[in-house]
Amino acid sequence: MIYKVISKPEFATFIDSLVRQNLSYGPRQVDTDGNGQPVYQFREVRSADEIAFDYTVTHSSAKHFLLPFREELSRFAFADGDWEQDIRYEIKPLVLIGLRPCDISAINILDNVLLNGHYPSPYYLARRKNTFIVGMDHLPLPDCFCKSLNHHTVSDGFHLFCSDIGDKYYLSINSSKAYTYLKEFGIGEPTEEDDCKLIERRKLIKQSFQTSVEVSGLPSFLDIEFDSPIWTKWGDKCLNCGTCAMVCPTCYCYNTEDRPDTDLKGSSRQKQLYSCNLVDFAEVAGGHNFRPKNGDRLKYRYYHHYRGFAENANQQICVGCNRCGRACLADINPKDVINDLRMEKESCMTCVSESPRKT
Amino acid sequence: MRTDRGYHCRITNIVTLTEQEKLFQLRIIDSVERSIFRFRPGQFLMLQVPGYGEVPISISGSTSNSEMIEFCVRRAGHVTSALFQAKEGAKVSVRGPFGSSFPMEEMKEHNVILVAGGLGIAPLRAPLLWINEHRDNYGDVHLLYGAKEPSQMLFTYQFEEWRKINHIDLHTIVELPEPGWTGKTGMITELFNDISIAPANTYAIVCGPPVMFKFVCNHLDRQGIPMNRMFVSLERRMHCGMGKCCRCMVGSTFTCVDGPVFDYWSVLNLKEAI
Ligand SMILES: Cc1cc2nc3c(=O)[nH]c(=O)nc-3n(C[C@H](O)[C@H](O)[C@H](O)COP(=O)(O)OP(=O)(O)OC[C@H]3O[C@@H](n4cnc5c(N)ncnc54)[C@H](O)[C@@H]3O)c2cc1C
Ligand code: SF4
Ligand code: SF4
Ligand code: FES
Repeated sequence: MIYKVISKPEFATFIDSLVRQNLSYGPRQVDTDGNGQPVYQFREVRSADEIAFDYTVTHSSAKHFLLPFREELSRFAFADGDWEQDIRYEIKPLVLIGLRPCDISAINILDNVLLNGHYPSPYYLARRKNTFIVGMDHLPLPDCFCKSLNHHTVSDGFHLFCSDIGDKYYLSINSSKAYTYLKEFGIGEPTEEDDCKLIERRKLIKQSFQTSVEVSGLPSFLDIEFDSPIWTKWGDKCLNCGTCAMVCPTCYCYNTEDRPDTDLKGSSRQKQLYSCNLVDFAEVAGGHNFRPKNGDRLKYRYYHHYRGFAENANQQICVGCNRCGRACLADINPKDVINDLRMEKESCMTCVSESPRKT
Repeated sequence: MRTDRGYHCRITNIVTLTEQEKLFQLRIIDSVERSIFRFRPGQFLMLQVPGYGEVPISISGSTSNSEMIEFCVRRAGHVTSALFQAKEGAKVSVRGPFGSSFPMEEMKEHNVILVAGGLGIAPLRAPLLWINEHRDNYGDVHLLYGAKEPSQMLFTYQFEEWRKINHIDLHTIVELPEPGWTGKTGMITELFNDISIAPANTYAIVCGPPVMFKFVCNHLDRQGIPMNRMFVSLERRMHCGMGKCCRCMVGSTFTCVDGPVFDYWSVLNLKEAI
C-alpha cells in the first residue's frame, strides 16, 4: 500500500478523467423518500459532478455488479433434434466509485465464498478481476452497526481508498494500476498534519456509531437456540418477500432455470439470485419442504449470516450495513432479532427463574 | 470433473422399470472425455436436459464401466418428465461427479448390510455393483429391500444374478401386497429378523425416504453397529452441486459437497437433516 494526499479539486479532476474513459458506476440521488430524505443508488456516471460524493448509503448494494440479479450461465442452440452449448465468461471492465468500507468488506466476503474452495466461480471471477474499485470512508448512519462486526474499516479488496481529511483526501493506493494512473495527477506526500487528520478522522468515525450489536459467541447461541420460540415470533412477522436478501451485499444464494427462446430455436440457462426466505427455497420434488414455516426460513438467513458456513465461508458474513433492516416492510432487523435471541439465553443463565415471556 | 460445461452424452439405452421409473444408460460422446471420466459409488451428477433444466441424480451403475453411465430416474416433475420423453440417441449433458461417496475400501474385509427403501435402491446399486465386482474383499453381504407395492420393486430382473452369482443374501418386503405376491408384507425393519449380524464386524448403507433412516439406523444402533459405520445418502434441492447456491444446505453443511453420503453420527449432529 502507498499513501498519498490529493486536494479535493484535483481529486474531482482525477475522477472525472477516470469515469470519462471507463464504464463507471457511482452513487447518485435517484429520488427522495417519504420524509424528504434523498435516496441514493449506484448508477452509471459519465462525469465527476454526477457523483454524490457526500451520499449516505445506497439502498441496494454494489454486489449486483459482480452478481447480477439474473445472469446467463450458458446458451443452447437447437437444430435437427440436436443441440450445442455455448458458455462465455467475458465481461466489460468496470469502475465502481464511492464504495463504503463495509461494501468492500462484503465483496471480500463474496471473494472468499465464490473464488476459494473446491469450485471457484468463473463467472464471478471474470467480473471481479475486471472491476476497479475506489472506496471512500463515511460517517455512520444512526442504524449502521458495521463496527460491531469490525467492518467499519477495510484494508484490502479495493484499488484506491479515499479518506476525507477536510480540504484533501488521504489516499490508500492498493494496486499498481491505480498508482500508475494517479501519478498523472497532482498527488503529494502526506505531511505530519495530514497523518494527524487521518487519525482524527478515523477516531471520529469510530466514535460516531450509535448502534451496536453483540455478535460474540453468536455461532453457539444460534445452535443452542435452534428451537427457540423467537423464530416463530419473528417468522410470523416475515412476509417471505426476499427483499432483505436482494439488498444485502453478501447474500448470494441462487436459483437456476432454463428459459427457452420464443422461437424455440434456443434456450438460455440462467441463474437468478434467490432468498432463503422464499417459500420454495428448500422444497424438493413431490412437494416436501424441508423448511416449511416462515420462522424456519428466517432462522436460516440468520444462521447463514452469523454462524458461517463451514465449507465456503468460515466466518460471519454480515457486514452490519443494516440495508436489510431499512428495506424490510415488516420491520425486522438484525439488531432486534439478535438481541432477542441473546436475551433469551442470557436471562436463563443469569437467573434461576423462567426467561421473560416473549410476546 | 466438469463443473460448468458438462460432458455431452448420448442416451444409448432406456429400460422401463415401472410406470414411474426408468433406467437410462448414457455414453459420453467424446472418447477422450469418456476415458477420463471416473466416479465413486454414492456420488451424483447434475443431469442437464437443455431447455428444461438440470437435476441431481445418483449414479446407479458400475464404477468400472466408463462406456456406460447409468441413472435410475423417477418421473417427479418438470425436468424428469422431459427426460422421460427422450428417445434412445437423444443428447443430454452431465456435470460432475459431485459429492462424497461410500467408503468402499474402508469396508473391505467386513460384512455389509445394504438397506434400500423404494427409489433408495438407485444410489445403492452403485456400491452393490462395486461389491459384486470385488466380492472376495467382503464378508457376508445382505441386501434388504422394501417397496410400497410389488409392482414398484426395481431391478427385480437382476435379483437372481445378485443372489446366485454374487452371493448376496437378498430379502424383500412390501407394504401393500398385490395378487400374486408370496413374499413378506410389512415395514422394512421386519427383515432384520431374517438375518443375523455380527455388529463388531459390519458396515451398513441405508438409502430411502427420510422417515426410514431413523427406524433403520436406530435398529442397527441397538444391534451394536457403531453410528460412524452406518452410511446414509441425503436428498435435498440442488441447483449447483458445488456449494454455491446454498439450496441443499443443512445446518452449516452442504449436502452437495459434504454429502450426499454422511455417516449416521454426522447426521444426528445435523439439525433438520432427517
Ligand atoms: C444427491 C441426490 C441424488 C438423487 N438421486 C436420484 C436418483 O438416482 N433418481 C431419481 O429419480 N431422483 C434422484 N434425486 C431426486 C431428483 O433430483 C428429483 O426428483 C428431481 O430434481 C426432480 O426434478 P424435476 O424437475 O423433475 O421436478 P420438479 O419438482 O419440477 O423440480 C423443479 C426443480 O427443483 C429442483 N428439485 C426438485 N426436487 C429436487 C430434489 N428432490 N432434489 C434436488 N433438487 C430438486 C430441481 O433443480 C428441479 O429442476 C436425487 C436427488 C439428490 C439431491
Ligand atoms: S425479513 Fe423482511 S425483507 Fe426479509 S423476507 Fe421477511 S419481510 Fe421480507
Ligand atoms: S446488515 Fe443485513 S443487509 Fe447488511 S450485510 Fe448484514 S444481513 Fe446483509
Ligand atoms: S447444490 Fe448448490 S450449494 Fe449444494
